[in-house]
Amino acid sequence: MKLIAKDIFHSYGKVNVLKGIDLEINKHQIVCLVGPSGCGKSTLLRLLGGLEKPSSGQIFQIGEPAKNTLNPLTYIFQDFALLPWRSVYDNISLVLEDHGMKKKDIKNIVDDVLARTKLSEFANAMPKQLSGGMKQRVAIARALSVRPAVLLMDEPLSALDSQTSALLIDDLISLWDREKFTACYVTHNLNEAVQLGHKIVVLSRRPGTIREIVEIDIPLNKRKEHMNELTIKQEHLWNLMREEAAMADKELL
Amino acid sequence: MNDQNKEHHKEVPFRGGGFTHKPMMYVGPIVFALLIAFIQWGTTAGWISNLTLPKPSGVAQALIDLYKSGLLYKNLVPSLTRLFVGSLMGITAGIAVGTFIGLFSLIRAALLPVVAALFPVPKIALLPLFVIWFGIDEGSKYALIALGSFTPTVVATYAAIDNVDRNLIRMGQSFGLKWSSIVRKIVLPGALPGILSGLRISLAISIILLVAAEMLGANYGIGAYVLQAGSLYDLERLFAGVFILSVIGVIINWFIGVIERKLLSWRT
Repeated sequence: MKLIAKDIFHSYGKVNVLKGIDLEINKHQIVCLVGPSGCGKSTLLRLLGGLEKPSSGQIFQIGEPAKNTLNPLTYIFQDFALLPWRSVYDNISLVLEDHGMKKKDIKNIVDDVLARTKLSEFANAMPKQLSGGMKQRVAIARALSVRPAVLLMDEPLSALDSQTSALLIDDLISLWDREKFTACYVTHNLNEAVQLGHKIVVLSRRPGTIREIVEIDIPLNKRKEHMNELTIKQEHLWNLMREEAAMADKELL
Repeated sequence: MNDQNKEHHKEVPFRGGGFTHKPMMYVGPIVFALLIAFIQWGTTAGWISNLTLPKPSGVAQALIDLYKSGLLYKNLVPSLTRLFVGSLMGITAGIAVGTFIGLFSLIRAALLPVVAALFPVPKIALLPLFVIWFGIDEGSKYALIALGSFTPTVVATYAAIDNVDRNLIRMGQSFGLKWSSIVRKIVLPGALPGILSGLRISLAISIILLVAAEMLGANYGIGAYVLQAGSLYDLERLFAGVFILSVIGVIINWFIGVIERKLLSWRT
């Protein structure tokens, strides 16, 4: 399944947030959305998954998701959005309980995603006992449990310290190697973008338009060996964004 | 090293930690004991007149008499029944209405003004009306206590629902959870802390209204006992009754604390 956004305009009251966005998220591809703060990249992500309606323009799913997919468009949030009154296990089973599955089938799925995210021994822990990085792992496990066709990730590493986010980037890369998931990844961190993105979409400041789309052909698991090229790409992205970011910083909200 | 030795050494003074509380378990009981001892001394020595305050020992004696004569039981049972039935009705209805106000815009628009108008009305003033509506027996007493605990519960409940983290609700929607699942598994558990702290207020109001309700046509009940003693200026029995009401309040508060610790252990 792939996602296509056509000529998206969006505004909150009088404030125009997005202006004429055309975007394509292809299968097995991670598309990174970068841009200065307040450029509407998180709004665009909410539009893509149907959490908000665009003022005009349309978003299409092309092709059918896999048969066993429970929730084709699945989010991973910056603040993790775990229920503090449910254990790790119950936080994941929460999103499976509405699909009329047997307790045993739910348990199989939860055990499987916990194993894949190396969380099995934390199944009974409560969220308050977990570090930020572990909480985001749980949120990733929860997202995987519904077998999404497209993962929509809203600055998933922004609330974490840089060491933890480096570890999680490695996890995401090895996960992509194994499962080739499709994702749209919003970030303001250009380093994350060049490490994870097959395609990096640079948005201008508000009202957000697409400034440039940068493609990186190096396979994700080989990127550590091509640091120089990545640094050049990152430098290029920063040059695109520098003025926009400075201007955006001075704007009144 | 040499340099350091020549220079003046001064330890950096500690100036943090100003507003944190330390648990001090024994202070409360000691203050109570001192206060009672002071009053006992004053009333025995005579510089507190018998009309100002009763002797604490006399109050204790009144409590013992009350217990021995079996009147404690006779007064306590109807009072606790009224308190229980009345506040159960008020709180159940309050949580239900508060939840509806929290969830549905139409109901919110319709009922919020009604609740706002009802809240500041002194319920005691409505007692005569309730007697006409529900009879002089238990009905009017239940109704008064129920109405008194209803409004604060409604307000606490819908405010608690409004305060549930919107990101959690959006998460539920993004995973395609059913509306009923979102309410049951996200909204209500998230609102529980606010609802429980609202219960503390509602139940305290219930106790106040219990006494008011027993002013009219109650033969037995702690409130009736207190009012009887008050009209005879029997300060010892008056204070004995007040003491019992106070103890009921403390027990209810403790009980809610236990429930909170049990149900809300997930809070940091």
